[in-house]
Amino acid sequence: MTKLIVLYLLLLNSIPVLAAETATLGARLYSEQCAACHGADGHGGVGVPLALPSFLSSVDDDYLRGTIRLGRPGRVMPGFSKLNNSEIDAIVSHLRSWPHKPSSAKYPHTRIRGNASLGKPLFEKYCAACHGVHGEGGHGTGVTMSRPRNAPILAPALNNPGFLAASSDYLIKSTLMHGRAGTPMTSFLQQGLNERDINDIVAYVRSFEASSPHPSATLLESESPILVQVSTYTLEQTVEKVKVAVGAANLRLIRVQNLDQGFVPKGKENPNQVIVYSCDFGFLNEALKVDPRVGLFLPCRITVTKHGDKVRVMAVNPKRLSRIFNNAELNALCDQMYQVYVGILEEAVL
Amino acid sequence: MKTLLAILVLALGMSAHADELMMARITQPFPEAMQMLQDNIRFRDYTISRVQRVDVGLQSGGFQTAEYRIVFFGRPEEIKKLANEHYELIPYLPLNIVIFAEGDDTLILAASPLKLGEFFKNPVLQPYFARWEQDMRSIFNDLKSVDADLKK
Repeated sequence: MTKLIVLYLLLLNSIPVLAAETATLGARLYSEQCAACHGADGHGGVGVPLALPSFLSSVDDDYLRGTIRLGRPGRVMPGFSKLNNSEIDAIVSHLRSWPHKPSSAKYPHTRIRGNASLGKPLFEKYCAACHGVHGEGGHGTGVTMSRPRNAPILAPALNNPGFLAASSDYLIKSTLMHGRAGTPMTSFLQQGLNERDINDIVAYVRSFEASSPHPSATLLESESPILVQVSTYTLEQTVEKVKVAVGAANLRLIRVQNLDQGFVPKGKENPNQVIVYSCDFGFLNEALKVDPRVGLFLPCRITVTKHGDKVRVMAVNPKRLSRIFNNAELNALCDQMYQVYVGILEEAVL
Repeated sequence: MKTLLAILVLALGMSAHADELMMARITQPFPEAMQMLQDNIRFRDYTISRVQRVDVGLQSGGFQTAEYRIVFFGRPEEIKKLANEHYELIPYLPLNIVIFAEGDDTLILAASPLKLGEFFKNPVLQPYFARWEQDMRSIFNDLKSVDADLKK
């Protein structure tokens, strides 16, 4: 009996220690994995603001766990599949440590019975203006590069497989019924809908699951990491042809340099590895609005090399690289850039 | 059942993995963060070959910041050797880190060099990618650590 009491007291004493360890772990993981996008204090940036009190008090831990693990395919938020359950729990605990109205939100995972056919016109009338006709969500990547945005958040993509997997029907219903204070999402009860209408909308949102992933949740597929053409001209001639092709593609030539410029003393550069840098500034600004991280692609660059007697013209393949951004809104731009590069390479070797 | 299927599909890789893109938030103004970044790159025996401005037209395009740069760096002998022996790598050389201001903070980001291992399977190249990955992560971690100290 005495042993049991001692064991009980030991366990009791260890609870605060464990809680402190979890808090430390959660703070560290949040800083390492989340803060770059969501802000050190959760007020958002590239990512959505997590510290909205109305958000934290209305979602349950299952939703947060599912979101961290699965991410949002094609919507910037990546999946943190390498974090284990304890680590994800620690991050959730850290989010819960921020000031918000205490909530005992715990939604059942059972389905709500509603009529999706009746929910569709209601969705189109009440939800589509913000969330898109197909539930594809708002555009952009949050408040980025200090660019002022009118809305404090972007409307989530309700058709996203990550959202649908992380959200229970009851969580969606609760959001529809009560809205989210501090965001454009208002209570649908206050807009005159009744609970049955809301159940029908939930059923319609859930029906997105049966469809193939929307383009907003798909990423480009491409095999080769580089685009390459072999030129029959000399290296010097090929560089000149690249410059002409760059101009023909409406890109402004920025500079021509050797690969090792800046690494070796001036005059000692390898003349057989030449980079032609160019930019379409209108396109650049468009891309930065879509995703401020696209600098990794910049500036536009065509490389001309001579190895032995073979002259090659090369570029990175934007379609292959686009996947790392997990941003389907970049798909069209990357595809466009791919076409531009292919055009330049082909023209340079004609 | 559908939820389970969705989870399976997601687990199979529809979503990009978080570690393909390194990102860090430095709670220092851009000039200080840029200095910290360049010092750390040099501390790890890399040479900075160029700092590229990507801010032409940013402000006229409606952005409030004109502080957006790409820092190119590498080790000269390594760049020379790899470019001579593996021409296909040249479009991805030298290494780069993007740095830009976001409000009062500064964000830095880079593609994971391990991603190159997925692109270029040659076993000879893998140790390079692994070391770049390690060095790049060290740079990011160091900056976060210095930033944390400065905040105290």
